[in-house]
Amino acid sequence: MQEEGGVADLWLQFLLTIDATLRVATPLILCAMAGIFSEKSGIIDISLEGKMLMSAFAAAAVATLTSSALAGLVTAIGVSVLLGLLHGLASITLRGNQVISGLAINILASGLTVTIGIAMFKQGGQTPNLSRAERFRPIELPFAEQIGNLPLIGPIYREVISGHNILVWVALAAVLFTAFILTRTRFGLRLRAVGEKPEALDSAGVSVAKTRYLALIVAGVLCGMAGAYLSTAHGSGFVREMTAGKGYIALAAMIFGKWQPRGALLACLLFGFLEAVASRLQGVDVPLIGEAPVDLILALPYLLTVILLAGFVGKAMPPRAIGEPYVKER
Amino acid sequence: MSAPPALPRWADVGLIPLINVLAALIVSGVVVTIIGENPFEAMMVMIKGAFVYKGSLGYTLYYATNFIFTGLAVAVAFHAMLFNIGGEGQAYLGGLGAGLVCLMFDSMLPALVLIPLAIMASAGFGAIWGAIPGYLQAKRGSHIVITTIMFNFLAASIMVWLLAGRLKAPGQMSPETRSFSPNAELPFIHDIANALGMEMARSPLNLSFVVALLACVGVWILIWRSRLGYAIRATGHSAGAAQYAGIPVSTIIIITMAISGGLAGMMAINEILGVQHRTILGFTSGYGFTGIAVALMGRNHPVGIVLASLLFGALYQGGAELDFEFSTITREMVLLIQGLIILFSGGLAYMFNRPLAHFLGFLLTPRHAGGGRRG
Repeated sequence: MQEEGGVADLWLQFLLTIDATLRVATPLILCAMAGIFSEKSGIIDISLEGKMLMSAFAAAAVATLTSSALAGLVTAIGVSVLLGLLHGLASITLRGNQVISGLAINILASGLTVTIGIAMFKQGGQTPNLSRAERFRPIELPFAEQIGNLPLIGPIYREVISGHNILVWVALAAVLFTAFILTRTRFGLRLRAVGEKPEALDSAGVSVAKTRYLALIVAGVLCGMAGAYLSTAHGSGFVREMTAGKGYIALAAMIFGKWQPRGALLACLLFGFLEAVASRLQGVDVPLIGEAPVDLILALPYLLTVILLAGFVGKAMPPRAIGEPYVKER
Repeated sequence: MSAPPALPRWADVGLIPLINVLAALIVSGVVVTIIGENPFEAMMVMIKGAFVYKGSLGYTLYYATNFIFTGLAVAVAFHAMLFNIGGEGQAYLGGLGAGLVCLMFDSMLPALVLIPLAIMASAGFGAIWGAIPGYLQAKRGSHIVITTIMFNFLAASIMVWLLAGRLKAPGQMSPETRSFSPNAELPFIHDIANALGMEMARSPLNLSFVVALLACVGVWILIWRSRLGYAIRATGHSAGAAQYAGIPVSTIIIITMAISGGLAGMMAINEILGVQHRTILGFTSGYGFTGIAVALMGRNHPVGIVLASLLFGALYQGGAELDFEFSTITREMVLLIQGLIILFSGGLAYMFNRPLAHFLGFLLTPRHAGGGRRG
């Protein structure tokens, strides 16, 4: 009897970790898909972090002012798209350095969010705590309690599948959406072509700049949702620097997934799982090792990405024309 | 690639950076106005905070010291067309190197041996942290930008792990090493001045500033007066041509990144040996990224970098003053200005370049020649 309780408990612990993995991975997935859109079109996008931070702030600020999570989400998307267009202006129209432009957006976002936040709410850069109505709330699926009481399988339904907010589902749908757009639509074909051989697209009479701008707009929408998720769904308000490098982890996940939606999704889930495990192991003594090396577990995504990029395990090839501004032949 | 219209060198070096800073300040001023404060008042507070108050100049120069090191680091890599965004992590590990030397030897070595050893360790640790991404770029084909970003995070993880664990001072709660003994301290400039009989206000400005200026001279000699520097510039201009001329491009890339990382690592001597006298968590506080802005503004030349470092030193010190004077504006304003400067002088570099080139071309073209165009 005692033994059985132990197993059930372990199973529940495992399921809770999987549940946490999904929650942590959601912004990563949205940002990684955004990254795929930008980078497949040939634009290096390290500004995922800044776009997410700015939209997290915009979502929380507008949600608290209008008492509507949806208004927050829409504003977040708008802000993120605007930053994407700024990145486009720098890297497509003015043919500037894409890495520098992205970095500038990230630093700008750090400064702007706190500056505006202090001026608006006078709480040291935070937004007020959001009430239930101002947030995206968990959606309990029907019969969660009844089915949840079934042994073994029940808890999967109750803990892992039920109880997520709408943006978690949107993130998963975004993966299908990205895969569909890239492989099944004319725009997707053009998008991939513009990142590999822009001159081919140009000679076919399709505007390289327009295609790239469109890609950046889609990326902006996805990043905006990721930011809104952080401050109005996962959290209950904006906290300064709340993205804390998640944009870079998403970038790493995208590379780890070799610029493919499915691979990126798996990488996001893996990185999310590592984070979920790390937070569960905080201060826990592991047999043989002693106190769990949480900091080192959290560093694994970066290390794995470096190893993969170096071609020690498989090979990740970026789109061929990435980082190069396109100049029309005369 | 079509080149942007040719701009006279004096305009590119002198005028464009000024226009960039001005544009950044104007946009920031608009933000300040929207917040409901007077931008000119804020500007005056920053200028007074950076130069006028007692000891403020010392603070400005102390910040500038950090930026000279990280700016030089970015510039050296730029000359080989390598974009090193890893200055933050390299500086962080530099602090580890300096800290380890001091922890091990501060009870047995005299200052004259210990301090040079600690400086070499900070440069050495930074160099290794720069050389690995260099190696991965040169030999394994991984993109240096991505690798150095990842290395920043790896450095942060390592430092948290060590400072909260093995290196933490016994009986201490905060994640930092024990304080070093006084013979590991770089003397403060105000102490030196007082010893020489000059009156000088207290500030964190220390001998590292002199080391930073020496590093500027060193970088100038390296880039423009040495064989290695020639090889670095040749690699930057055209790796293919350099290879054809017999320059071992891969090796040059690794060496350049090691030098770049070493310079970034030396930022730690200002913070660790000069001011904190122990290795603490997060002492780099973004100075590595500021180095990118400094190098862009300073046009990758040591003289420009010193000037740009002074500007950013003044911004940081003046920005700290904003905290005291206004309830609604804080030092994060400086981050905003910094982001805008990077945007205008990097990402949007050609925005002012073209119009200015046309304008100057119009002004300076001799009337009989009808524009300097060929064919």
